[in-house]
Amino acid sequence: MEFKRTTALTFTSLLVACLLVACDKQSWNNPYPSADKNKNVIYSHFAERPKSLDPARSYSSNEYNFIGNIYEPPLHYDYLKRPYELVPLTAVKVPKPVHYDKDGNVLTNNNDAASIAYTEYEIKIRKGILYQPHPALAKDDSGEYLYHNLKPEDIADIEELGHFNQTGFRELTAADYINQIKRLAHPQVHSPILSIMGKIIVGLKDLSKELEKHQNEKKLNYQSLQEMIKTYRADFTDSSNFSEMIRHYENLVKKLQTKLSDLKALARTLEENPTLLENTKSISFWLKISGGIKKLMSANTTKQKILTNNILLLKKIKIINNDLLASLDQELIAAQRTSLYIDLRKFELKGVKQVDRYTYRIRVNKQYPQLLYWLAMPFFSPTPHEADKFYSQPGLKEKNITMAWFPIGTGAYMLTKNDPNSKMVLSRNPNYRGMKYPSIGTAKDKATGLLDDAGKLMPFTDKIVFSLDKESIPIWNKFLQGYYDAAGINSESFDQAVNIGQTGEASLSPSMEKKGVKMVTTVRMSVYYFGFNMLDKVVGGYDKRARHLRQAISIAMDHKDFIDIFINGRGIEAQGPLPPGVYGYQAGKAGMNPYVFDWRDNRIQRKSIEYAKKLLADVGYKDGIDSKTGEPLIIYMDLAKSDNAEQGWYKKQFQKIDLQVEFRTTDYNQFQRKMFNGKAQIFSWGWNADYPDPENFLFLLYGPNGKVKHKGENAANYNNPEFNRLFKKMETIPNSPERIKIINRMIDIARRDAPWMWGLNPKSYVLYHGWYKNAKPHAMSHNTLMYKRVVTSARTKSRINWNPPILWPIALLIIILILSAVPAVRVYKNKLYQARKDNS
Amino acid sequence: MWIYIFRRVLYAIPILIAINYLTFLLFFTVNTPDEMARAQLGNKHVTVEAISRWKKDHNYDLPNYYNSSESGSLAFTQTLFFQKSIKLFAFEFGNADNGRNIGTDIRKRMWPSLAIAIPTLFLGLIVYVSFAMLLAFFRATYIDFWGVILCITIMSISSMFYIIGGQFLMSKMLHLFPISGYDAAGNTLKFLIMPVIISVIYGIGGQTRWYRTIFLEEISKDYVRTARSKGLSENIVLFKHVLRNAMIPILTGVVTVLPLLFMGSLVIESFFGIPGLGSYTIEGIRAQDFGIVRSMVFLGSVLYIFGLLLTDISYTIADPRIRLN
Repeated sequence: MEFKRTTALTFTSLLVACLLVACDKQSWNNPYPSADKNKNVIYSHFAERPKSLDPARSYSSNEYNFIGNIYEPPLHYDYLKRPYELVPLTAVKVPKPVHYDKDGNVLTNNNDAASIAYTEYEIKIRKGILYQPHPALAKDDSGEYLYHNLKPEDIADIEELGHFNQTGFRELTAADYINQIKRLAHPQVHSPILSIMGKIIVGLKDLSKELEKHQNEKKLNYQSLQEMIKTYRADFTDSSNFSEMIRHYENLVKKLQTKLSDLKALARTLEENPTLLENTKSISFWLKISGGIKKLMSANTTKQKILTNNILLLKKIKIINNDLLASLDQELIAAQRTSLYIDLRKFELKGVKQVDRYTYRIRVNKQYPQLLYWLAMPFFSPTPHEADKFYSQPGLKEKNITMAWFPIGTGAYMLTKNDPNSKMVLSRNPNYRGMKYPSIGTAKDKATGLLDDAGKLMPFTDKIVFSLDKESIPIWNKFLQGYYDAAGINSESFDQAVNIGQTGEASLSPSMEKKGVKMVTTVRMSVYYFGFNMLDKVVGGYDKRARHLRQAISIAMDHKDFIDIFINGRGIEAQGPLPPGVYGYQAGKAGMNPYVFDWRDNRIQRKSIEYAKKLLADVGYKDGIDSKTGEPLIIYMDLAKSDNAEQGWYKKQFQKIDLQVEFRTTDYNQFQRKMFNGKAQIFSWGWNADYPDPENFLFLLYGPNGKVKHKGENAANYNNPEFNRLFKKMETIPNSPERIKIINRMIDIARRDAPWMWGLNPKSYVLYHGWYKNAKPHAMSHNTLMYKRVVTSARTKSRINWNPPILWPIALLIIILILSAVPAVRVYKNKLYQARKDNS
Repeated sequence: MWIYIFRRVLYAIPILIAINYLTFLLFFTVNTPDEMARAQLGNKHVTVEAISRWKKDHNYDLPNYYNSSESGSLAFTQTLFFQKSIKLFAFEFGNADNGRNIGTDIRKRMWPSLAIAIPTLFLGLIVYVSFAMLLAFFRATYIDFWGVILCITIMSISSMFYIIGGQFLMSKMLHLFPISGYDAAGNTLKFLIMPVIISVIYGIGGQTRWYRTIFLEEISKDYVRTARSKGLSENIVLFKHVLRNAMIPILTGVVTVLPLLFMGSLVIESFFGIPGLGSYTIEGIRAQDFGIVRSMVFLGSVLYIFGLLLTDISYTIADPRIRLN
């Protein structure tokens, strides 16, 4: 009976659960609330929770997906134009550099670069730009900030930023941009670009040292005060001890009083009854007793007085002690507050000056044209000083309410739900001024509808919901079910989504086309390469032997084959360090690497294996045998991941030129250690562009950036004096035919020395649904969400059509379960029959 | 009993110190503070100075076990091991390397873990006990035979198969539940059903076999024979006598895992996007965040020890013959 009830309960619970789901009035598998059905929302995902959303700290694409749409640096990239073009965002115009000599005289651009001592950029921002509503900016009627002096009791019930009742906003000023540049030097922020900008922006390095010193002093002050209070407390403990002492003295006084009254009573008794003394027959004895009693009474009275005084004193001390402890506690809180907050306004940064409310100047050492690109990155977004003060208050960090998790910006969106463990929601910033959708695009843009919204005010959507999804299968299925508006393609689902034609062209599969899915492909501004450690005895060096060995290996390593086998054709063979889209990149014959490829049949083709073998034979490695030792030449590949299929492929490539390869696979940490110590021989590495300038790639081969000697980004430790000299020249001159000439020369030197097998430039394939408008991949821009538009009615309809709940298999399962019970019942009946038979 | 509990708590202290030490040793054998700094600061433009600053700010610039620059007890207390581990005993988890407060994250993330683990435990218990009873009832028949084969088959298949297969069948093919995700605001149930069903199905094999063994052991006892000889029906023997006695080891087994429910499931939470403590641990390991890893290992150990203590106590409640001395 009990069993039946339990079973019934289980099934009822399940049924209720199913019904509750069904009552949702939408597709059962819809992960979003039914109330959001027709709302103007973009649905996206994130695979990894961001490490920080502080614009001075954040430096990865998954973080930029959020803060790129919240913070506004002075510049950004045009959404449609290619090649990428910088345009003003909050700035009035893109600033022009003004060069100065060491005496402070303005130089014209024609002057010799050597005489430029520093360069200034004057940035004027637009008036009337407002911050999002934020508690840090909330003020009371008297104009005082409401939440800048929070006490522990004020934040007891606060768990997230939205729990503050009041918000405020104000106009964006140049001071906010200056505040942010100073934040790059803040010792608690740990900005990753401090090392670069410290060399570039005048005074930033000094400011960093000054701030660190200041912070240490404050910390020290706080710690010593903490120690002092601790010692004081240990010596004088708390008021309860005083109360005990007072009680003790009061008891003593009471006892003395009793004693005194006893003595008084005795004296009285003696006085009133002289016959008592007659027994003693001695006057002298009487006198003795009487004197003794008087003495005792006097002594006890004195004692009583002393004790009463002590009690009064203790009571006073108790009050003073309590007051002192309270004031020390207050002082400690104040010291903690100060130790956590640095008012950056009090510190001067020589290289950054405010000209007026809306204008500021940045001064860089010598010249650095790439600064303009940095001015389009979140690192140079404005942050109000009020936010620094607000977030530095004790108690907020413990609740994860920090600048790193609750941004404050002027952009089209603001973060309204911040749960990096599950969901992040960007909502339209009510104070956003609006920006017009671009009107200039290519013919292809027009044909694909990318200019349909030209001139309309953005943002187009009210909300963007990012859900945490770490695994590729759920992401892909949610896209197919219409619950994500766009998605990339992983290897498992590639064949389902894409057809590769005989000419290698990718097109959508019929099933995707039927769903109205669109696809855009673009070559990413990244390079994945194999590097040779130039400090290594075998593959390193600059002589003919080493050069030919590296060139031969580069010929043998067929990256086209790798792209086809391992990444479904999503990439192109790199011809040099520059990926497509970067200034100086050349396609076709002009951009071919002549040391690895030939131009045959009107296309780039890899040189023959025979040629590679000949290169090896020329330098004493005929048939893979080192002529000096007579032993086979063994090459080591240092890898940070173990992949048998890939390793098998590498082996095959080396075998083509009769070389043996061995793999030294370690975890990523050990791999990095090897790289820093120069212990690797051939390694795999990559780089994503920060900005579309060749400097951002060619610096990866610049000698003074060597990883081993200088701990820089030049992982191959390549150091060619001619290349280095040209790099310094190329770095500072504006884009021009002269710059192209220098770049070509540098690339040619690098190709000849072959410190890298140039590897591949990956292609990204993005799929999006027909209702998702204005999708155009942009490798550089971070504020692209405001351009996107969704046709919600089409989405809702598709979701319902694509996800009807199918219940018949459940019914079938129930029937099977019932049918499977039949033999059990038969067995049971047989058992009963057998039992009855046995009994009878 | 109180003395026993006190003694067990005292025993737990050296165990926890040893666990802390092992976690510390293993973590710092694979990692150095420099690598942890690099993992947090990113791969681009990270200089030696930046790493030093990060280490100083996060107290990773101290020596591991002995600080020769300090004297007296400070030589031991001003060390990485002491500073990073000893506060755990007061349940002060501190901050993760990315700056987030671990205690706050744990408090928030334990609820989704419990939301999955509690229904899985109780629903599972009902299913496993029922199935095991069924097999015991039909012992030595072909139902028992095929039931055990089914259990072994279920046990032999990887949990990944159930997760991916379940997502494919229930969400992709039948469109019954969201394939992944979690919503704490009133919409929670539809995200829980599928992971709970899959977890229960995955556990059928092992748990049913264990419970079946318990039931069969009970059935062979003297009191069962006596009950039968008195003429009681098999139903009454099984459901009234055997079930009640077999529930003692089952329930005490359940008590052991109760505290561990807080810790969540590493795989289920990761695949279904449940923001619980299981996925928190995985994230900590992936990000090489020692703060999270040490806190979760410590919490897991404390809960496990607590679970064992509860089991001992529950024995005394379930079986009056047992005394804790």
